[in-house]
Amino acid sequence: MAKNISFTIKFWRQNGPKDKGHFDTHEMHDIPDDTSFLEMLDILNEELINEGKEPFVFDHDCREGICGMCSLYINGTPHGRTERGATTCQLYMRRFNDGDVITVEPWRSAAFPVIKDCMVDRYAFDKIIQAGGYTTIRTGQAQDANAILIPKEDADEAMDCATCIGCGACVAACKNGSAMLFVSSKVSQLALLPQGRVEAARRVKNMIAKMDELGFGNCTNTRACEAVCPKNESIANIARLNREMIKAKMAD
Amino acid sequence: MAKVLDSKIPAGPVPEKWKEYKAHQRLVNPKNKLKLDVIVVGTGLAGASAAASLGEMGFNVINLCIQDSPRRAHSIAAQGGINAAKCYQNDGDSVYRLFYDTVKGGDYRAREANVYRLAEVSNNIIDQCVAQGVPFAREYGGMLANRSFGGAQVSRTFYAKGQTGQQLLLGAYSSLSAQVQAKKVKLYTRYEMEDVVIVDGRARGIIAKNLVTGKLERFSANAVVIATGGYGNTYFLSTNAMGCNCTAAVQCYRKGAVFANPSYVQIHPTCIPVHGDKQSKLTLMSESLRNDGRIWVPKNIEDAKKLQKGEIQAWDIPEENRDYYLERRYPAFGNLVPRDVASRAAKERCDKGFGVNNTGLAVFLDFSESINRLGLDAMKQRYGNLFDMYEEITDVYPGDFGKEINGVKYYKPMMIFPAVHYTMGGIWVDYELQTTIPGLFAIGECNFSDHGANRLGASALMQGLADGYFVLPYTIQNYLADQTIWGKVSTDLPEFAEAEKKVDAEMDRLLNIKGKRSVDSIHKELGHIMWEYVGMGRTAEGLKTGLKKMHELEQEFDKNLFVPGTKEGLNIELDKAIHLRDFFTMGQLVAFDALSRNESCGGHFREEYQTEEGEAKRDDENYFYVGCWEYKGKGNEPELIKEPLEYEAIKVQTRNYKN
Repeated sequence: MAKNISFTIKFWRQNGPKDKGHFDTHEMHDIPDDTSFLEMLDILNEELINEGKEPFVFDHDCREGICGMCSLYINGTPHGRTERGATTCQLYMRRFNDGDVITVEPWRSAAFPVIKDCMVDRYAFDKIIQAGGYTTIRTGQAQDANAILIPKEDADEAMDCATCIGCGACVAACKNGSAMLFVSSKVSQLALLPQGRVEAARRVKNMIAKMDELGFGNCTNTRACEAVCPKNESIANIARLNREMIKAKMAD
Repeated sequence: MAKVLDSKIPAGPVPEKWKEYKAHQRLVNPKNKLKLDVIVVGTGLAGASAAASLGEMGFNVINLCIQDSPRRAHSIAAQGGINAAKCYQNDGDSVYRLFYDTVKGGDYRAREANVYRLAEVSNNIIDQCVAQGVPFAREYGGMLANRSFGGAQVSRTFYAKGQTGQQLLLGAYSSLSAQVQAKKVKLYTRYEMEDVVIVDGRARGIIAKNLVTGKLERFSANAVVIATGGYGNTYFLSTNAMGCNCTAAVQCYRKGAVFANPSYVQIHPTCIPVHGDKQSKLTLMSESLRNDGRIWVPKNIEDAKKLQKGEIQAWDIPEENRDYYLERRYPAFGNLVPRDVASRAAKERCDKGFGVNNTGLAVFLDFSESINRLGLDAMKQRYGNLFDMYEEITDVYPGDFGKEINGVKYYKPMMIFPAVHYTMGGIWVDYELQTTIPGLFAIGECNFSDHGANRLGASALMQGLADGYFVLPYTIQNYLADQTIWGKVSTDLPEFAEAEKKVDAEMDRLLNIKGKRSVDSIHKELGHIMWEYVGMGRTAEGLKTGLKKMHELEQEFDKNLFVPGTKEGLNIELDKAIHLRDFFTMGQLVAFDALSRNESCGGHFREEYQTEEGEAKRDDENYFYVGCWEYKGKGNEPELIKEPLEYEAIKVQTRNYKN
């Protein structure tokens, strides 16, 4: 059965990318602990609106842990948990204690400018995918699906890599603001499959060039990305990305 | 005088219609394609696949996305799979059988020619997605794996763990991204369509809001494609994402696009039950779980009462005291009956007092038998992420050991209850996916055409991608072929200025109400009215009450709404208020349609019309038509127009899942 908890929430307010920003504080009372973190924020917003104030802005959508839209830095961790992958929307108040102080901040990375409060602009990720994170295929011209046989193990591993939801927690957790885990997940998915092999070298070079151009940092193997990834993406992907890059360079 | 609807179904035998159409439709030559602009609103499976395909063909595409990235579209949340008539399992599947199951599943209220085409192109979709690198599940021989889904006796569902929608969307998104890179698609993220602009009777553009700056912008084109999903969030609590709304569709309806079959709302049987009044949405558990999960409630009402009080648990109840009611009532399909049948059966048991949680509104989905047969590891292989998700939300891990009774090991089951999921109704379209406004097209969940009164599992993904990759790219050319003569229109035209002014005035109106109630508080109340009077079981009296209550609440909205902030810059409450305004229109439309349809079929169940066994009782003599509604102004009852249904290839029968 659910029990009720009370706590203090400190949340980041920033009116646009150029604003300095500050924390606001609000006391929350008698919140059932089977409430999700975002539902708790809905209650906060309801209270703010009732006081005539503007609501606290944050990104969220599916609330099922799959769309990758929610992006809160909670008590110093992206999505607020590390022991097993989960997004902010799948964080429940039973993880907190009565009397806690809960701090909510946006993803902080040069490549993800703040739009308002905790909403940030992650379009840089789309630009990386646009630079080559696909197989070039025309609609209506594909051969029969079973004409491409793929070992089950490879398909399963590709699926694990493809599970990345592009939320940006990896960038937010990295001291260098590196997007390597994100990029390597997509490169690994396509590297494990026969489809699109012919453009593998172009793909990896273009994606890495775009990543550097957009201001993401480099990987120095601190593994913070892996620790916070809500979908348990492995840094083995980064090793594979590096191998793909070396292969591409050797082919030049 | 009411509009006359021309469905433009090609002549000839049903299996030949699409081939014939493609052979004779008009084409646009490659040079002319470069002169033509198409606006695609939405970036889900339908929108992204359409934008990618049209861009690749050479058209200039303007693509609007409400979120920060097309990868967030709600198609991403679809779990279980996508159907195709490949017959890789050698189990007797065929295009005809997929077509037949879909028509039957939709309670014979879909348009036959469209459904046949859907089944026909389903195979191309799988090929297309595999070529994109979608990592579908495979067998050890390297071939694609399949599973079965509700409403079918064959295994035709292709899947990628429990994240099929995600992988298909990412596939479409990658094709879209390639076209953005090629500069054939111009992508506008965090933009929302606020109105469609009609010039000389044709859709020639839209007014969109930049959600970050708050500014209204005008876009003109030779055609407009709406791919903005369904209207399930009218109910407030649904499995839809928070951002899902029907504003674009309702604006098209207000501008004269006829809306079809709004009362067909799918209530999905396997959702996590409501637990409190603070809940913001409901979470679906994939229907694929019904392959290995058995649905039951106690046989004895005393056991149900003890469960409700928390005195005993599911695993305390031995086999002989369990009522596997779907297997009992529908021996042929068992737990794999279609969603409407499974949902109503759960409601029936809970209404009789056999519900299993503290609210009495839940049934068990139990994996004990499968775990004993296959082991927990096999279950995790199949449904791992769903089990984890369930635990995250409820704090119970399905599959944890419960108790051994008479040598049988019982594991902790899931608790599930039906919830609003998918809307089969939508903007009326003809065979070419064109609405009643020339140049305005609607695809995916946003249109009405393929699912009839109920959608079978794994068919939404199929329709989204079929429309976007394989249908619209052909049919839109038939319209665009003469558009080079019409040329481009300027966004300085008075029609654009007028539409923009109206949207702007509407935002001022909402901001200036300055009442006392938040958008969400009113939306929740609307949701309660919808669920209570326009939900799983409807009566004429209830629907009338619902309409009255909705009308009163809409007046409350107009008088007592409070939207903080200004229209400049980002204002999430203002955007929600606009959505809610349109949910009111939609909610009433659902009720009008439900009230006019004196029969039960698929997702529309009128309690007055049921058989002695409690099954839906259709009335083909009087209601064998698509119910289409024309807007007649705020507060007025819309006008009903009927598109009669005709079936040539299929004999219309009573739906039977018993034998």
